[in-house]
Amino acid sequence: MSKNDEYWDIEIGPKPRLFSLGLREVWNYRDLLLLLVRRDVVAMYKQTILGPIWFFIQPLLTTVVFTLIFGNLAKLSTNGIPPFLFYLSGQILWLFFAENVQKTSGTFVGNATLFGKVYFPRLVVPMAAIAAGSLKLVIQFLVFIVALFIYGYASYINWTAALFPLWIIIAGMIALGAGILISSLTTRYRDLMFLVGVGLQLLMYVSPVIWPLSQTSGWSKYLLLSNPMTPLIEAFRFGFTGQGVFNWLYLAYSFAFGFLLLIAAMWNFQRVEKRFMDTV
Amino acid sequence: MAKTVIQVEQVGKLYRLGQVGAGTLAQDMSRMIARMRGQEDPTLKLGETNDRTAKSNSDYAWALRDVSFEVKEGEVLGIVGRNGAGKSTLLKLLSRVTLPTEGNIRMRGRMASLLEVGTGFHPELTGRENVFLNGAIMGMRKYEIKKLFDEIVDFAGVERYIDTPVKRYSSGMYVRLAFAVAAHLSPEIMIIDEVLAVGDAEFQRKCLGKMEDAAGNGRTVLFVSHNMAAVRRLCQRSLLLEKGGLRMEGPTGDVVNEYLRGGAATGTFGIIPDAYPRNSYNKDCIRLTSIHAYNQEAASTTVFKYHEALKLVIDADVLKPCDDVVLNISLMNDNDERLSLTSTMDRQENQKISVQPGRIRFEAILEQRLLPGIYTVCVDIMNDKGYAYDSVQGFGQVSVESFGEHGEKYPWARPIGWVNIPATINVQML
Repeated sequence: MSKNDEYWDIEIGPKPRLFSLGLREVWNYRDLLLLLVRRDVVAMYKQTILGPIWFFIQPLLTTVVFTLIFGNLAKLSTNGIPPFLFYLSGQILWLFFAENVQKTSGTFVGNATLFGKVYFPRLVVPMAAIAAGSLKLVIQFLVFIVALFIYGYASYINWTAALFPLWIIIAGMIALGAGILISSLTTRYRDLMFLVGVGLQLLMYVSPVIWPLSQTSGWSKYLLLSNPMTPLIEAFRFGFTGQGVFNWLYLAYSFAFGFLLLIAAMWNFQRVEKRFMDTV
Repeated sequence: MAKTVIQVEQVGKLYRLGQVGAGTLAQDMSRMIARMRGQEDPTLKLGETNDRTAKSNSDYAWALRDVSFEVKEGEVLGIVGRNGAGKSTLLKLLSRVTLPTEGNIRMRGRMASLLEVGTGFHPELTGRENVFLNGAIMGMRKYEIKKLFDEIVDFAGVERYIDTPVKRYSSGMYVRLAFAVAAHLSPEIMIIDEVLAVGDAEFQRKCLGKMEDAAGNGRTVLFVSHNMAAVRRLCQRSLLLEKGGLRMEGPTGDVVNEYLRGGAATGTFGIIPDAYPRNSYNKDCIRLTSIHAYNQEAASTTVFKYHEALKLVIDADVLKPCDDVVLNISLMNDNDERLSLTSTMDRQENQKISVQPGRIRFEAILEQRLLPGIYTVCVDIMNDKGYAYDSVQGFGQVSVESFGEHGEKYPWARPIGWVNIPATINVQML
């Protein structure tokens, strides 16, 4: 027998490989990834009149509500920035994070029929969701820039604003990590699905979306900082409005958190994906 | 010799019965503890077969157990079996939707499954977008899809609608497009599960042809179907699964016969029970009581040699005098298609029979010319207008062997068609 006879492309055994993140498989399916992003973006606003304009309306409405309640009624501090700008700047990254956790945490349960029929690296689906989310983020970011100019804040943009893509990547890592970790757990125990929605809402109040980090001290400051999204939102705000906390140490924490979470989640995910059909 | 592209080794799959939910956490724990101690999984009870009708106190069932086989390149392998025999589980394992509990599967080349047509179609997207998406799901690169795109649309015959969202498609168009994608784009190994049930006759023919082509081009096809005619036509070799195990493996003709014999046999010859379903227009004239089959040696049997005459003895009770009785005997294939008709109307005289109350017996000798296989006997007693006095379908089955009276063998590896028509064929050099 020649060597070629011993080679098998696919080997399926009862135990999945222990140390694999499944990234090479994802690379083989990169065209699928692109098509799924396209599908997510295109299908979302088919048969709507306003189409992608809905991307703008969503953060704008929340921001208006926040401005009225927290800015005008509760009169919370906004570090001297106009409340509308303050809340909008917080919303941009937070919405991206929260929406993607929500979306990717439903990966297995939501795609059970498709996953039950054909094999492809499952990781492609949450990755495509995050990529589609990033596109949406970019559009919402443009709204924010327009608002900056309207309020005459354009001159406050400083060099750290250029690092904005980096914050998106870190936020994406945390969201993807959290999302797929939850999604692999929900195949067995659906309880988590209910928890995600409530948890994300509560988490928003432990982030600088509503109160600036600089206004907190003592335990409340540490509580806020424990949220890995806090340094990112603060750094974003600092880059575009000149107000906020830009701290490399805090940012390193966000990155380390996201990186470790993502590695652990991917490792767990590729173990679960092989067998989840039996439990979902 | 063609190389092996699929190798399945003692594969088994265990499923949990009942609800997943409360109790799973506790079982997960006990399993984890056992694993840490190096013990066997306490929740597995070994040696039980998967019989869905029998009650068992185990919460687990082997959907598949100890199945091994190999498939060569370019082969079309049929997989048959009753519902719950483990066909779908086997396909799920092969298509990597889930992992086996034990055993190993090895494959060469890319594999795509057409388990259910249209999975992965997004209703909001157009036909064109879906072709690309579906191809990508099956692991094809974009340029490969582009190259075949026109051929796919042409095969599906949906050219006019290709830029319309597929949610507006008729179900037939939907299926055509999905099959076309799979048939053209699927790579080296293709798994097809009962997809021919949909689509019109013309399209089904096209599909079968396409699958034959695929095999001719060196692609390997695994074909699962309840349509025995399609399995017979496409596959040289087949597997018969039963209760999660591999019951038989061999030439398709033999496997299909075994499946039909073991499976849906509705009865053997003899006295017809009162409860047997009948079809009659005028119940209280004549009632069939028994059907018996004999071979030429007058022995009661259901197995006949190739070209051996089949004798049927049919008894009936006559309840009222009638003068227009006609007897029809038909042989049906395993798809319930009528292959032959033998009738008292064929006779030169006494085409209609007059009967008086009492018992009546018909003796018919059928010079059958059937090809090897299993056939069902259908007996109708009716008047000359075609209204049935009594009609019994599928009460008896006969099988025709692949060798004749003098040991001569049916010359083909599998039956081609149903009936042999005797003919004289003259050959001349012109």
